[in-house]
Amino acid sequence: MTSQPQPHGRVLIGKPGLDGHDRGAKFVARALRDDGFEVIYTGIRRSAEEIAAAAVQEDVDAVGLSLLSGAHNELFAAVLEALRNAKAEDIPVLGGGIIPEEDIPDLKRLGLRAVFTPGTPVEEILSAFRAAVEEHRKGRSV
Amino acid sequence: MTKPPSVVEWEEKILEPALAKAPERAEEWRTGSGLPAQRVALPEQVNEAYLAKLGMPGQYPFTRGVQPTMYRSRLWTMRQYAGFSTAQETNKRFAYLLAQGQTGLSVAFDLPTQIGYDSDDPKARGEVGKVGVAIDSLADMEALLAGIPLDKVSTSMTINAPAAVLLAMYVAVGEQQGVSPASLDGTIQNDILKEYFARGTYIFPPRPSLRLTTDIFAWCSANTPRFNTISVSGYHIREAGSTAAQEVAFTLADAVTYVQTALDAGLEVDVFAPRLAFFFNASSDLLEEVAKFRAARRMWAAIMKERFGAKKPQSQMLRFHTQTAGYALTAQQVDNNVVRVALQALSAVLGGTQSLHTNSRDEALALPTEESVLLALRTQQVIGYESGVCNTVDPLAGSYYVEGLTDRIEAEALALMQRIEDLGGMVAAIEAGFVQRQIEDAAYEYQRQIEAGNRVIVGVNKFQAQERIRPPVFRVPREIELTQVQRLQKLRAGRDAAKIAARLEALEVAARGTTNLMPPILEAVRAYATLGEICGVLRKVFGTYSDLASRR
Repeated sequence: MTSQPQPHGRVLIGKPGLDGHDRGAKFVARALRDDGFEVIYTGIRRSAEEIAAAAVQEDVDAVGLSLLSGAHNELFAAVLEALRNAKAEDIPVLGGGIIPEEDIPDLKRLGLRAVFTPGTPVEEILSAFRAAVEEHRKGRSV
Repeated sequence: MTKPPSVVEWEEKILEPALAKAPERAEEWRTGSGLPAQRVALPEQVNEAYLAKLGMPGQYPFTRGVQPTMYRSRLWTMRQYAGFSTAQETNKRFAYLLAQGQTGLSVAFDLPTQIGYDSDDPKARGEVGKVGVAIDSLADMEALLAGIPLDKVSTSMTINAPAAVLLAMYVAVGEQQGVSPASLDGTIQNDILKEYFARGTYIFPPRPSLRLTTDIFAWCSANTPRFNTISVSGYHIREAGSTAAQEVAFTLADAVTYVQTALDAGLEVDVFAPRLAFFFNASSDLLEEVAKFRAARRMWAAIMKERFGAKKPQSQMLRFHTQTAGYALTAQQVDNNVVRVALQALSAVLGGTQSLHTNSRDEALALPTEESVLLALRTQQVIGYESGVCNTVDPLAGSYYVEGLTDRIEAEALALMQRIEDLGGMVAAIEAGFVQRQIEDAAYEYQRQIEAGNRVIVGVNKFQAQERIRPPVFRVPREIELTQVQRLQKLRAGRDAAKIAARLEALEVAARGTTNLMPPILEAVRAYATLGEICGVLRKVFGTYSDLASRR
């Protein structure tokens, strides 16, 4: 009898706001799946509250947000706030999209764990999710 | 050597009338070194096989182009897509672009506008003025077009779900300028089907959306005969990750759906079909892209003639706008993008485009700076005035490679269109998730190739360099959301509430019935009803669409 390998963890990929560009989000979702994660993709045009609620309901270990409309400063912050309101601020949040370099330090200060811009090798994204999930699981078991 | 009779006939029936209407820009055409440049280079044998597959330019099946002289009479329209922040700010960018020799306008709307929300709607938070200009009411459209003569400048508007509302605003501004709807020239994208699987700015479900499309076709045929009523778009399909053949297949399958819906509603094919336009992507494989444009033209001509019985040549012509590939831009070594864009733009010109947008080098970082936009426009001007490719029509015709690729893309696209027919048409194929899956698989494969290094992207997976200088990034100030919201609230406070209510009520009655929706939308717009109010009425009647239903 073969036993299923343990998944690396559960991840929610979310598209906050009104942006419909989800080529990147879908690619990352699929790459995570291929790497052994369980992945839930929200679909496009979700509110911050919907994303936070899905993260809680699905009991995920990490959230990945994708945005190409330039509204990342406002909308990533809104998702972090919604997670706090849902008492789920322990879930690590990673982001990606068309994001100018100079915005990244502020986004990290807000609480984003990592921010990926176009051209990032997928391995870098995968290992960031692996690390985030591992840390989140450790934090839970104590 | 005597001319074959088919060429003599083409000269008399197609070339001469065209020259009388639009003379060539020069008496004599020569290469850069002074050799004579032929208008249309032909094979040694102009035989039946040649005529059936390629034909003469401006002649069925239009493989070689929709006009007999192409760029010798007029270059393509150089049309840079622009829009950000408030109407006033975008108006300034338009004035700048026109002063730099741009020949047409192309409006980018922000996402709330594209999805039918006013700037003060909670759903608009953070998005106002970001990817385009915020338009809430006719007052904003007036500011956007201030000082621009609508009888002289053609305007393309990238607007889909609420296309009828923005078109009505454009018509109303024309009226204020004393320009009759019949003299307005431009394009609305109005291509809702691709929104469901490639672009995402849908509002209503497919069937009421298609009714809006048909209402626009009918109203424009009677009122704005020079306006392109739709721009059926492969651009975003390609951006979402499709191959060239998929881009052609899904675009033409969308177009077939629009034509069939209009015919089912009782419209005459030769009345509306001449105003259908297309929009394609110019990606990085130069010769494949040229073949794609040529294949699409030949396929559409055959579809219109044979399947839909269109008789007017204008109904059979695939006229198209092109934009260079956004997905091919890299955030690394941004100046490399200038070269990519030049090659992509060249493919569009060699493929016979009617208008062109060249992306700016910094668009993988943010909206472009004014300097970058100027360089992108200059790229088109260099191709148009210096490269010599405009001296002759369809210069790559007869290349064994390009003709072979043209046939191959046509065959693949036709096979894919047949699969869609077998699934019950494009709406059914979208609802089944077939189209989405096809595109996702192609996108995944493309990205995997980059990750594996099998597809080289210069500066990304090969020839990387440490970059010390960060290019300046264009930013939309945060305050504009507040400015726009205040402007909107002031407008609301100053309106005749009873009049607005009556016009929205009339729209609702029309939406519940079957009459054309353009007249009541126009009436509501003239009274300064907002985009969100008008779309709100339609949401109430038609319902809304969510992508959750079609997801696996």
